[in-house]
This record gives sequence, structure tokens and C-alpha cells, in this order.
Amino acid sequence: MKGGRAGRGDRAAYPLVLPTWATLGVFFLLPLAILFVVSLGQRATYGGLKPIEDLGLYISSGKFLANYARAFHPIYLQIFWRSIWMAVVTTVVCLAISYPVAYYIAVTAPLKRRNLLLGLVVVPFWTSFLIRTYAWMFLLRTEGLINHFLLATGWISQPLELLYNNFAVLIGLIYGELPFMILPLFASLEKLDLSLLEASEDLGAGAVATFFRVTVPLTMPGIVAGIILVFVPSLGQFIVSDLLGGAKTILAGNLIQNQFAVARNKPFGAAVAFGLTAAVLALLFFYALYTKRKGQDVLL
Amino acid sequence: MAEQYSVEIRSLTKRFGDVAAVDAVSLDIRRGEFFSLLGPSGCGKTTLLRMIGGFELPTEGANRIDGADVTWTPPYERPVNMVFQHYALFPHLTVAENVAFGLRYKGTGGAGEARRVAEVLALVQLSGFEKRRPHELSGGQRQRVALARALALEPEVLLLDEPLGALDQKLRKEVQVQLKHLQRSLGITFIFVTHDQEEALTMSDRIAVMNRGRVEQMDEAAQVFERPATEFVAHFMGAANFFAARVREAANGMAALVLEAGGEVRIPVDGTRYESGEAVRFVVRPEKLDLRARDLSGHGVPSVAVTIEDRVYQGVSTVWVVRDRADERLLVYEQNEKPFEEASKFAVGGQAFVCWNARHAVVIRGEAGPR
Repeated sequence: MKGGRAGRGDRAAYPLVLPTWATLGVFFLLPLAILFVVSLGQRATYGGLKPIEDLGLYISSGKFLANYARAFHPIYLQIFWRSIWMAVVTTVVCLAISYPVAYYIAVTAPLKRRNLLLGLVVVPFWTSFLIRTYAWMFLLRTEGLINHFLLATGWISQPLELLYNNFAVLIGLIYGELPFMILPLFASLEKLDLSLLEASEDLGAGAVATFFRVTVPLTMPGIVAGIILVFVPSLGQFIVSDLLGGAKTILAGNLIQNQFAVARNKPFGAAVAFGLTAAVLALLFFYALYTKRKGQDVLL
Repeated sequence: MAEQYSVEIRSLTKRFGDVAAVDAVSLDIRRGEFFSLLGPSGCGKTTLLRMIGGFELPTEGANRIDGADVTWTPPYERPVNMVFQHYALFPHLTVAENVAFGLRYKGTGGAGEARRVAEVLALVQLSGFEKRRPHELSGGQRQRVALARALALEPEVLLLDEPLGALDQKLRKEVQVQLKHLQRSLGITFIFVTHDQEEALTMSDRIAVMNRGRVEQMDEAAQVFERPATEFVAHFMGAANFFAARVREAANGMAALVLEAGGEVRIPVDGTRYESGEAVRFVVRPEKLDLRARDLSGHGVPSVAVTIEDRVYQGVSTVWVVRDRADERLLVYEQNEKPFEEASKFAVGGQAFVCWNARHAVVIRGEAGPR
């Protein structure tokens, strides 16, 4: 149906979409292109890019793919694997926490309190994420508030090792990404026509059946949007793992940051970054495809 | 033995804060009848319907369906189904999936499910629309899907919450007749909520007229129309002409009333006792009034002198706006039986008499609800 809407009307709209394309081009496509070109290069001895003497030879020897090949070394694969499962756990836990919260704010809570509750979800953004992550260090470390409390109440006799491990990183990731799950879910749930839930009950479905047959399918765009909004940044996170994870928990984000800032291997860093971006874009593409086929709005 | 009544409601009350949306309503709805809850918006009719469906729990009172107490039963365990005001079709499901939604809870699965879906879709004349989604249907088609979805479960009672409100006038009239036919042939009890008196009259066997959370009158459709019990019902069922009078004497089912507008009329009063000197009001519907040039009270026909204020030609009929000596504005409907040029008997500003058959006057006493 939408494909048939071509012709003069579209051409007349060109000047209107120009700013969008210009912004996307300058701030998104161009950097990506630079990243891609750099990822094909080789590292010079003191950082920077090594000039290519014979382009033909460089291409035919396959050296331009060397950085990508290197990314498949088991050491790096292990890092990617850890990033992926941590991002998955973060996403799943965020979804499990956010759905009831968003449902409460959008459906159950009185209308006049809705904005207040939404405000509370957004309030953390007023403080820098870095500072909030430091706050977690104060909570989690051996002499931190949590251990203090548990020791004082006599629950434990030895302080718990809460900081500098996968657990701490997961806590930090989940904490940081929670609002990005709650907000799209809220947007979806707010649009939910409550008479549909009544209709489902009327037709014999109990609360659980109604939830899975009506509520979940109808809020699927919000669920998918939330999953993407949480999964993608978790994959590239480096502050949380840097501060809360110690040296053992390197994630893909740390790897990239290290290549640019510490190891000064820009081509390799670019290759990893570009690979990650490509994977994420593929994910978004499939999401758009999915929602389009379902005839629902694309929330992103 | 099957119960005589499908739905028995006993002093059902629903309070929202201090406001009683439904105030101690008791109703018996007969098996297989088309019953309408009629009233202006905010009169509590929808709340009452939602309590029958189980979507609202009553503050007080009891509700039995098919002899079983369901006052606290959740909607999914009640033998009733509802056609919602805006149909509430599941947008993510096809027509067939919508209709089949509840069948699994009735134990109808597999081939039985497909057969039942085909059956009810045929019943509402939507065969061939199985694969469509709600947004691909017209308003009338959506309404029929909602009906099919509710009927698929063979409910004891079908609840309909202003299901024709979203349809245009012409379609509405058609659907009213179809719905009535459907109800007759299926023999299911229909409880229909509407604010449109004509709609209620067209379809209902009986009507309960509601106002401010209470039932003002419950009776056969024609009775509610012709013999309103309260002033509110008289007003709500269409233009009514009120006459104020005092009882001179009442005996043998007839009362002699002295009109405030002047003159005396004798009208029948059924059974009720009236004291001499008691103030009463009575109603005569506009189509029951007749405009005459002469005073017919000498012939025993109630007549009241009026001044003609306006004449409104409406095609099928003409509306005469007149005023009596008590300064009460009255309406007289006249069928346009003759061509327009020949029909004009009275001049605006002139004098005339409104007359009526004594049987058509309905006395309304002081207990009349607030307007």
C-alpha cells in the first residue's frame, strides 16, 4: 500500500527531508565511513596509520582484512562472548523488572500520579552516569555501605566480595539501562486499550491468559524497542566494567576503548567498533522488518 | 426446571465515592427477552450492565444469572458475553482468531473450533472475512465481528453496551432490525444499553428507563412510551404535554379535573385513589392531541383553549406549537394527510382548541422524579 505513494508528492518533500539526511550524513554516515576505512588500514609503529605503498598488492594479499581476522582470535572471541551474555542477562533482568513497573505506571496507578512516577524514572539522568557508577562502588566495596549494614546487623561475619566481579558489572549495567526499558514499555502500555483486557476476560480468559494473549502481543513494539535500547548500549558499555569490574571483566567496549586510548591500534579498534556497529544495525534492520510485517508502528 | 428469569438483580448498588452510580436497583429479566436499559448519559445504565458482566463489583446487593448467584463471580466464569461500546476487537488477531478467542475455554478446540467460527460468521453474514484484521473492516462489519465473537460462546445472556453508537443513522436503522431478528431466532436474552429512546422502542420487549442511578419505570416498550409513570420518563420518551389540574371528584375509575388552563376534563384513573382538591399533573403525547376550531367539551371530549404560536412543516407531519391559558407550551403533531396547500387550517396567532381522547391522558402524581 505504502509503495504506491510515489511521484510528485515525494519529490516536493525533498527539501523538507534534507536536514534529516544532512544530519544523519554528517554525524552518522560519515564517521562510520571513516571508521570503516581506518579499519582496513594498518597500525604505524607509533600509532596512527601506516601509509600503503602498493594498493593492488595490499588488497590482493588480503591484508586489508587482517584487523577483522584478528578479531576472531579466541582471546577476543572470549571478550565478545562475555559482552554478549552480560548484555543478554542485563536485557532479560531489565525486562523482568521494567514490565511490572511500566504496567503499574501506565495502567494501575492513578492518572494524577503518573507524571510523578515517570519523573522518578527519569530523575537519575540529572546526575552524570559516571558519578552514579562511582556511587555503586561506595555501596558495593568491602568497606561499603552494604557490607557495613550486613556486618552491623550480624547477617554476615566476613565482608562479602561484591565489587570487581561480573556480579558488580551486571548490577551496574542493569541499574544504568533500566530507564531505557521502562520508558518504551510505558509508551506501549499507555496506548493499550483496557477494554481489550475486559473483552478477553469476558471471553473466558483469566488474568494469566489475558496477559500472554492480549497484553504482551499488543505491547510487543515496546518490548522489542526496550530490548534493543538496552541490549545495544550494554554491548558497548565500558565505564561500568572499567569501574565495577576490575581488570578481569573486559567487555567489547573496553577492548575498543583500549585499542584507541592505550594500545594505540586505531585500525584494530576501528575494525572491532565497526563490526559491533554492523551487528547492531543488522539487529535494528530485522526489528524494522518485523514491525513492518506486523503492520505496527516502528518505535525507533 | 429452567428458571423463568435469566437475570435477577436485587437492590444492586454501586457507589463511586459519595456518588451512587447505581442506587438499589432491582430487576427481573425474563429468559429470551430483549431488554433495554434506557437513560441519559450518567444515569447508571452502563455501570449496571458492567455489574451484570462482572466488570464492576457492586457495593451492595446481589445478582443472579440463570438461578446462580454471580455477584462476586469474575467475568470469565459468567455465562454472559458482552458486545463492547467500541467493540474491543483484538487488533493483532484476524476476524477468525477474534471469534475463536474464547472457544478454547469452552472446551471447543480443533475442528469444532473452526466449525463454530464458520457458523457464527455466517450468522452475521461475514463469511469470507476470516483472514481480515479489524482495521481492514468498516464500522458495521466490526460491530458484527464483535457480535459473532460474543455469540460464539453461546452465552445465556448477551450484554450490549450501546453497540450501534458508532454507526451512521441509516446503517443504525438496518442493524436495529437485524439485531432484533437475530435475538428472536436465537432465543438468547439480550440486555441492551442505549440512550436513544427510538432505538429502545424499535428493538425491546421491555424497557427499564433509568435516571440518576434508579429505575424510573420498567414496562413493555409501548407502555413506557404511552403510559409514562413519571415526569422524567414522559420527558425522556419524547415531547410530552403537561397539564396541571386539581381533582374535583374521583369515583369509579374516573376523575373530574379542574384545569389550571381553565375548564374541566374527565379522564380515567386506574385504581389509584385521589382526594378531592389534590393537585395532579397529567400528560398527553403530541400525536394524541388534535387541533380543532371549536370547543368540544360539550360533547364530553376534553378540550383546552390555546393560542397558536408556530407551525413547523416536517414533511411527514406538521408540528403545531401552541400555548394554553396557564402559559404552558404544548406541541401537537399532525399527520400531513392532505396536500400542503389544503392543510393549513389555522393561522399563527389565532385561537383554537386542543382536544384528545380521554383515554390518552396519563396522570402523574407528586412522586414524579426530578426533571
